[in-house]
Amino acid sequence: MDISYTILIPVIPFVVFLLLGIFNKKIKPAVSGYIGVGGLVASGILSVYTAYQYFFVYGKVDGVYQTFVQKTVWMNFTDTLAIDMGILIDPISVMMLIVVSIVSLMVHIYSRGYMKGDEGYTKFFAFLGLFSFSIFGLVLATNLFQIYIFWELVGVSSYLLIGYYYTKTSAVAAAKKAFIVTRFADLGFLIGILIIGYYTGTFDFVTLNNPEGSAIMNWASSSFMGLSVITWALILIFMGGAGKSAMFPLHIWLPDAMEGPTPVSALIHAATMVVAGVYLVARLFPMYYFVEDGFALNIVAYVGAFSSLFAAVIAITQTDIKRVLAFSTMSQLGYMMLSLGVSGYDGHEGLGYMASMFHLFTHAMFKALLFLGAGSVIHAVHSNYLKDMGGLRKYMPITNITFLIAALAIAGVPPFAGFFSKDEILVAAFEHNKLIYGVGILVAGLTAFYMFRLYFGIFWGKDTKYNHTPHESPLSMTFPLMILAFFTITAGFIPFSELVTADGAGIHGHMSFLTSLEAIHWDMAAIAITVGAIGIILAYIFYKKENDLADRFSKAFGVFYIWASNKFYFDEIYMFVTKKILFNRVSAPIAKFDKKIVDGTMEGIGNKTVVISEKIKGMQSGKVQDYAFGFIAGVVIIALVFIYLWTN
Amino acid sequence: MIAGISIYEILTLTSILFFIGVYGFITRKNLISILMSVELILNASVVNFVIINKYLFPDALQGVFVSIFIIAVAAAETALAVAIIINLYRQIASVEVKDTETMKY
Repeated sequence: MDISYTILIPVIPFVVFLLLGIFNKKIKPAVSGYIGVGGLVASGILSVYTAYQYFFVYGKVDGVYQTFVQKTVWMNFTDTLAIDMGILIDPISVMMLIVVSIVSLMVHIYSRGYMKGDEGYTKFFAFLGLFSFSIFGLVLATNLFQIYIFWELVGVSSYLLIGYYYTKTSAVAAAKKAFIVTRFADLGFLIGILIIGYYTGTFDFVTLNNPEGSAIMNWASSSFMGLSVITWALILIFMGGAGKSAMFPLHIWLPDAMEGPTPVSALIHAATMVVAGVYLVARLFPMYYFVEDGFALNIVAYVGAFSSLFAAVIAITQTDIKRVLAFSTMSQLGYMMLSLGVSGYDGHEGLGYMASMFHLFTHAMFKALLFLGAGSVIHAVHSNYLKDMGGLRKYMPITNITFLIAALAIAGVPPFAGFFSKDEILVAAFEHNKLIYGVGILVAGLTAFYMFRLYFGIFWGKDTKYNHTPHESPLSMTFPLMILAFFTITAGFIPFSELVTADGAGIHGHMSFLTSLEAIHWDMAAIAITVGAIGIILAYIFYKKENDLADRFSKAFGVFYIWASNKFYFDEIYMFVTKKILFNRVSAPIAKFDKKIVDGTMEGIGNKTVVISEKIKGMQSGKVQDYAFGFIAGVVIIALVFIYLWTN
Repeated sequence: MIAGISIYEILTLTSILFFIGVYGFITRKNLISILMSVELILNASVVNFVIINKYLFPDALQGVFVSIFIIAVAAAETALAVAIIINLYRQIASVEVKDTETMKY
């Protein structure tokens, strides 16, 4: 099958980036907006075409979705180990193409309204183009090294976009924090890649993931500290994924990343870049599952479950609406991770894998919608804080409705998208690990609660007096909201379990109405819906009308509430560790050693040379006869020596 | 071949001539005198060439030719050196060696 045209999907945004970046000053803002949107429309059409062709025309052979690869050798290490560049088409990469192109296109359209009148309008679209290029490249990567290159590129574009308001100190600090934390995590990723390359002799995903291949069959051949080296490599690779996906304890950068413009938060820090970690684990899923009986996969599951709960608790206490959404994102990413973690490989066992990808898809839609809705609210109110909002439903009807749809979706209310994917996850967890299932149910309730706390706080609650009356956002901003709301309603009905599975063969999901209505586990669904409903009702009681119930409750929780609202002091712990311990105890002595001993030696050599040459420079007197004397004396001495030697 | 005079006497003479030249080259203060000392050194070697040719290889003529060649080169060299000295004199109004020591260190 000829899939070479898919290379255009990343290349078009890159061309847009170059165009807008190089002719930054010459292009009028209005034009640059159209160029950006146009580029993404082209990529989006190609993505949808690819998906249609893959899923419905040529992808399936004997009921199993195949993997198509086209690549060229880019760099040779040895005769057998080489880095390739190319494109890989399989169910999850095609699904990610759809996610990225839809969300990115919506964000591009939205930004034309949101960033209107901003000084760096063209620059903003250039950065968005760079980001789209990087994430498309990441999705289509054929091997670990290629994915690593694009992984760093998305990191850079994220850095540039978080620090977009570079005159704000907090934005600059947040950008640095995001970059350094994820970069630190990527160190683990890189070491993992090198270990894999050394022990298996390949970086290629298809070779690595082959269940009968040597990488998986020979995992036990060498071990380190009681675990297979391959397991270590997978844990290190997961560290990279955890950094990008803001898993505990590498989550600290994500809330701060909300300093960037809101469309950026929607695109990068909710829908696409942060799921790269989940995507990475899914990409190497057969390795995670088969090597050492899924030891690394268990770590993924528990880290995911803990992050999910941890973030949900913090999200309840935050007052900045974007931070609530940030912690919500972290919580949902934890959900995807735990789902991958409890998954098996073939047939029905692979439900968790499919559920995770399904949730990734639906989450991208409704979380982008929530962020864009929040952006619309912030645009109208000029504040991020809940205390400055309230009663906005009267002024912003479209934002209100779309935000409500997204909140219902994330809370798991049928028939919105989140219900289907979340219940698949819960069923998968229930079948494999009861503890994780319990965490999942608890998080589902918490999610419903904090999301409706947010919703009621913004659109209902107290009637805030505004300095100038808020107004609904322009069509360029509400249009993407409506489109995403449409996807949020309909995405759940996609027969996802038929399309995206760990082993490529379709399974019957529990929630696919289109395939089999009877297969739904209504008992499982009922529990989830009940928990969600309790969360929503509690939020309704607390926040629908202005009252002091919420305050009294938070007082009742006392210290715990204060801890949670301070994000369990993780920023402070990191500050302490880096400043007091790393900087003072480790870096300062090393710096001293460098100054005194390394630099001292080098400077000493230089200084001594100068001193000695000062002393002997008088020899070069400029008197010709002195030189001649030296020359002749030398000749005479040499002549005497030779005569002496010859005569004896 | 000169009757009554052996090669040793002539070589002794040229050695004396050579070292007088060397001594002059090192000790003279005047650039012209140094030039004359150089001429002495050259002449000593020219005489050596001729003498060794005549006394040791009477059938050959290379030594004589080389001596003529050296005389020609020495003439050219002297012309050049004198030109330099004249130019130097125009610049610093002196032909003393001690006044030409500015290009040092």
